[in-house]
Amino acid sequence: MSILNSLLSMLWDIAPIAIVLFGFQRIILKQKIPNLKRIIIGFFLVWIGLTLFIVGLEKALFPLGKIMADQLTSSSFIGSGNLDWSDYYWVYIFAFSIGFATTIAEPSLLAVAIKAAQVSGGFIKVWPLRIAVAFGVAIGIALGSYRIVTGLPLHYFIIAGYVVVLIQTYFSPKNIIALAYDSGGVTTSTVTVPLVAALGLGLASTIDGRNPLIDGFGLIAFASLFPIMSVMAYVQIIKFFRKTE
Amino acid sequence: MKKTAKHFLINLTSSAKDLAPIVLVIGFFQLIVLQQNIPNIGDIVLGSAFVLVGLTLFVYGLELGLFPIGETLAHSFVKKGSLFWLLVFAFALGFGTTVAEPALIAVANEAASVAKLGGIVSTENELNNYSQTLRYTVAISVGLSVVIGVMRILKGWPLQWIIIGGYLLVIITTIFAPDFIIGIAYDSGGVTTSTITVPLVTALGVGLASSIRGRNPLTDGFGMIAIASLLPIIAVMLFGIIR
Repeated sequence: MSILNSLLSMLWDIAPIAIVLFGFQRIILKQKIPNLKRIIIGFFLVWIGLTLFIVGLEKALFPLGKIMADQLTSSSFIGSGNLDWSDYYWVYIFAFSIGFATTIAEPSLLAVAIKAAQVSGGFIKVWPLRIAVAFGVAIGIALGSYRIVTGLPLHYFIIAGYVVVLIQTYFSPKNIIALAYDSGGVTTSTVTVPLVAALGLGLASTIDGRNPLIDGFGLIAFASLFPIMSVMAYVQIIKFFRKTE
Repeated sequence: MKKTAKHFLINLTSSAKDLAPIVLVIGFFQLIVLQQNIPNIGDIVLGSAFVLVGLTLFVYGLELGLFPIGETLAHSFVKKGSLFWLLVFAFALGFGTTVAEPALIAVANEAASVAKLGGIVSTENELNNYSQTLRYTVAISVGLSVVIGVMRILKGWPLQWIIIGGYLLVIITTIFAPDFIIGIAYDSGGVTTSTITVPLVTALGVGLASSIRGRNPLTDGFGMIAIASLLPIIAVMLFGIIR
């Protein structure tokens, strides 16, 4: 029953894309749609796939993120009494590992890395770039969970991050700036986002004195800001070594 | 039919590869570090299978239907040369792809249920309304971002000035935004740009940059995603200030 409901509401969600694409093609460009049958099958698969995905998210990824947050902060695991932020070290290690592991495997990052390697004429290499981005995401999510544990205001971190990005932009070669900025948005994939969001909300609701509404969000913001820095830092480092050679 | 099945299998393995690192990390922590039982393990395994199959069908459907027609359209509009229709199309593309972005749907729903816990919305109706409005706010701002991105490529504006201007606006709106919206707003920037939006918007950007003389696909073609991850932050905070 719930799947039927999800199917119906998902139809509303994908209708805008279909209307936009078909409308422009037929009414404004006045062109026939090539391979119409294939495209209709494609839309049908998108519809079914998206529904299954969202249902699965609510059944698996969201609960899993919350369970991990719960168990990593439960008193039976880290003890009770007066807890310092450093007592939550397993939380940071978990956040770091999940950020690194999911980013290294991210297919859209691989595509961008290959493109960047081609265009830069070998100056930027595929593997180091992927590792740089993965480190950025890992540090971002780990620092983000530290922020949730301590309850420090999110915007201080983000504004400080912006300042660092601006300083790095000033010293970076012009042609990689757009690539570095884009790599921030590319890394946060469809599977990572819900899991990380649930982890943040779980942490904020199990740690004393934190409010999920205020402290629970922000991990994804960290995960999309730090790769910008790590990619520009990577380019700075290879530039430095080239000069000294 | 055989070809389709083979293609489906290839897609399935690549989705499984996406999920594998998550399974590994969580498995390691559960078995070695935490050594605790996972409640509702059956539900979680079933749900993960749903995620796997759903993601596979979704990506396959995108490749079959959405991407070809999206790319054809992007190229026709670039060739047609009407600025007005190009900008309208840019907006519609950004808006349409963001509304259906799975990660955004998931996070908007989660944001709404947290808002319910926090007493910002109370009824089921208001809850749906909240997540719906949040998604449309983000979608409109991504639409505008793509328009700005297209203008930037046409005029050759340097990206960093747009980004610095955007950062300043984010900081200014943060001062006035209510506390409960700041986290969601900052997150919505990273959420918007994933599975559907990135390939279609990049196709438009790179297509434009390579068809205009004096533009370089690397320096000018990229950057659309960066703008599209900045403007939603500002828009969602404005949504929080207004409501």
